[in-house]
Amino acid sequence: MLYRESGHFRTTYRADQAIFPIVQDRWVVAAVVAFAFVVVPVIADEYWLQAILIPTVIFALAAIGLNILTGYAGQLSLGTGGFMAVGAYATYKLTTFLPEVNILVHILVSGVFAAAVGILFGIPSLRIKGFYLAVATLAAQFFLMWIFNRVPWFYNYNPNGTITAPPRTLFGIVVTGPQASAEVRYLVCLAILVLFAYLAKNLVRSNTGRGWMAIRDMDVAAEIIGIRPLRTKLLAFAISSYYCGVAGALYMFLYLQSVETLAFGIDVSFLVLFMIIIGGLGSIMGSILGAAFIVVVPILLTNIPQLLAIPISVELAKHIERMIFGGLIIFFLIVEPLGLARLWQIVKEKLRLWPFPY
Amino acid sequence: MTEAAAAHAGAKKLGAVLLEVENVSLSFGAVQALTDVGFAIREREILAIIGPNGAGKTTMLNLLSGWYGPDKGTITYQGIRRPRMRPHEAAALGIGRTFQNVALFKRMSTLDNIMTGRNLKMKASFLDHALYWGRAEAEETRHRAQVERIIDFLEIEAIRKVPVGRLPYGLQKRVELARALAAEPTLLLLDEPMAGMNSEEKEDMCRYVLDVNDEFGTTICLIEHDMGVVMDISDRVVVLDYGRKIADGPPERVRKDPTVISAYLGVTHSPA
Amino acid sequence: MEILTAAFLGPIADMIAEPLFLLEVMIGGVLTGVMYSLVALGFVLIFKASGVFNFAQGIMVLFAALTLVGLMERGVPIWLALAITIAVMVVLAMAIERIVLRPLVNQADITLFMATIGLTFFLEGFGEILWGSNVKKLDIGIPDRSVDVGGVLINTFDVNAAVIAAVLVAVLAVLFQRTKIGRALRAVADDHQAALSVGISLTSIWVIVWAVAGIVALVAGIMWGGKSGVQFSLSLIALKALPVLILGGLTSVPGAIVGGLIIGVGEKVAEVFWGPYIGGAIENWFAYVIAVAFLWFRPQGLFGERIIERV
Repeated sequence: MLYRESGHFRTTYRADQAIFPIVQDRWVVAAVVAFAFVVVPVIADEYWLQAILIPTVIFALAAIGLNILTGYAGQLSLGTGGFMAVGAYATYKLTTFLPEVNILVHILVSGVFAAAVGILFGIPSLRIKGFYLAVATLAAQFFLMWIFNRVPWFYNYNPNGTITAPPRTLFGIVVTGPQASAEVRYLVCLAILVLFAYLAKNLVRSNTGRGWMAIRDMDVAAEIIGIRPLRTKLLAFAISSYYCGVAGALYMFLYLQSVETLAFGIDVSFLVLFMIIIGGLGSIMGSILGAAFIVVVPILLTNIPQLLAIPISVELAKHIERMIFGGLIIFFLIVEPLGLARLWQIVKEKLRLWPFPY
Repeated sequence: MTEAAAAHAGAKKLGAVLLEVENVSLSFGAVQALTDVGFAIREREILAIIGPNGAGKTTMLNLLSGWYGPDKGTITYQGIRRPRMRPHEAAALGIGRTFQNVALFKRMSTLDNIMTGRNLKMKASFLDHALYWGRAEAEETRHRAQVERIIDFLEIEAIRKVPVGRLPYGLQKRVELARALAAEPTLLLLDEPMAGMNSEEKEDMCRYVLDVNDEFGTTICLIEHDMGVVMDISDRVVVLDYGRKIADGPPERVRKDPTVISAYLGVTHSPA
Repeated sequence: MEILTAAFLGPIADMIAEPLFLLEVMIGGVLTGVMYSLVALGFVLIFKASGVFNFAQGIMVLFAALTLVGLMERGVPIWLALAITIAVMVVLAMAIERIVLRPLVNQADITLFMATIGLTFFLEGFGEILWGSNVKKLDIGIPDRSVDVGGVLINTFDVNAAVIAAVLVAVLAVLFQRTKIGRALRAVADDHQAALSVGISLTSIWVIVWAVAGIVALVAGIMWGGKSGVQFSLSLIALKALPVLILGGLTSVPGAIVGGLIIGVGEKVAEVFWGPYIGGAIENWFAYVIAVAFLWFRPQGLFGERIIERV
């Protein structure tokens, strides 16, 4: 009864096209965002920030990127890790080359490099589709891993092959390097996520998004009504890779601080793919929910033996965790193949009628 | 004749030749789909292409929308010879299309589907779209207003937000017509628009087709199997059989043509 | 100029200088390729018959090998161990059909694909718990020696593997094309609901297919395990088989063979002759690049079914 559309009439097309047409939605989202910005940094401790919140935010960004490509434009990609790596290494080279320039600028520019690489590896999508394309994107993934490993210029000839984030400041506050506090890093990542999620939502509800979805649903028909497949697909690759590149840069600079190429391996690609499938393909909100799910569940699983005081070896726990994770994924796919976003929609539909059952 | 058709006939003035197909042949490997087909469509005319299955009707439409190029022969559209149109060029030239198997974007809503029909008229770049406030929103609202007029016209307001995959077949066909109309086509190609409809739905569809022709002056070329519909609404009929044209003329004359009767229409046998 | 030398002149000069070595490398590549094909075969079977891209094929190879070795280590004689392992794979197939496939009938392809990835994680954890994670030696009596044939070194194990793979392919080809079950399998791959409507039991078909794929996985596991020991990196073989799969076509049994040969030879030649110039370890991605290059000209793979879209 509290949550309903009746009584709120949208009298203009503008109002109907809004991101949150239902007034209560707007309030809830505003409250959540405010909570995330203001309350969380105060009450969350180091562990929560470092292990859960920051990676969730960063992966949510990558998940939005992949969802644009796979969920909205229908191009299945397993190259996410590689594109994230491009962002990370590009930022590293840029900031070691031009240390005076603001790190944020470098991060945003490195996304462009990732976008360029994305366009290059997206060209096969014009002719190759479906699982064939997915495997083809693995070419991008493995090639990029190889190149960042083999060409020492990328890691500034560092003998152990890793790149480490040099300390940088933003408006006078240290954001990277060992001095940067978890709260600061969290807020920077969150700000970028909120902004980029907003931009992504605008893109997908506009003509660009419709073009992507048309290509996804029936590219032959889309072409006949005038949508250009190559342009549309490459744009999806570009923007998706941009998002993943920025996420990769944040992953390196504001989270891990120090990475070797392995950190962006194929496991990451699969992880992000899980996030958007479980979160919901074709949903920005779903990408964020999925990221939270995939980050939190392994941590829960690792901690449950401790919580229940069951004495099992670390090795055994790890194996069981893997089994449960796999089982959970299958379970989730069976129960709600459309993902958490769909579950959320169902909750909202029930809320519309609450307290009445139907 | 239905009421709508009766009101429509006799009051129309046809314009100049809009599309001319001359000696067009097309084969797919060993299959000769079209052989030496030629006809013309004039502005504001409603032309029906009929014939048995496999005669090459849909292939003809695919040719006209630029999906294939003819092996031989020419297509002249709006006075200019077009040797090989690509699909988006055809769309940009004002050739709209519906499909035999409904080619809607199943996971998008009715409204979104119809809005895709406006994509060639939308000029904002993706950067505008990302920012949304300002140019992109103004354009979106403007085109939304146009699309709503079409939704009104085709009486599909109630299903605006429904994903089209969930709609019954008849409504899907109507949404497809709406999408084609959204592009404000000069030439509208309809591939079996009445297929799978009951007589009431067919009446509605005929009414829409005639209204489109009347109000917007759209030239229409449709493939149809229902001879009742063809007789009622078309100005001229072209009959294809095994890729060749076997008749071309007003519906009354074509219906009595013996070649057409033996190839396609058949005769009613009186009880012995 | 050095780049040109590296890219073209150097390797080609090397190849011309030692033609026998080139032949040896190529033959080695052919034999490795056959091994890839074995793994790819499992993928093709399941995809052809149930439309599922079974990412868990790799872990099934490992799981089968682990079970066999585990049994043999406990003193079970080899033939009994083989029989038991085959039974295990059949039971596994039934379990997968019941728990994973049946609830997901007619879901999107990508959903089923993700389910097989979930299955992979599950089997990884389960396998490690059951059999432990040390490397195990697998000896089933196939001699592993290098024999000199006219100046070229050939490995006997590889040759045996090639023969076994050839036999397996022939049997499978006959199964698919000539039998009633084969026809039912192809029907199921095309359209689940249509197959159901003509009375084909999806359940039985799926169990059969996954069981056969499990047995193919066992053979592949024995071959690979016998060559390099049974360890967890074996499951990564799946990643090597993927380029073979897309090159040959996801639905083609001969495609898996031809694809395997092309990738096997191409990869080996590239690694041996180009590798020293570019820095080595190009094996990781070279196969994929070859596959993509071929796909550009034939997007459905060399022998895959042409995807025809009717408008």
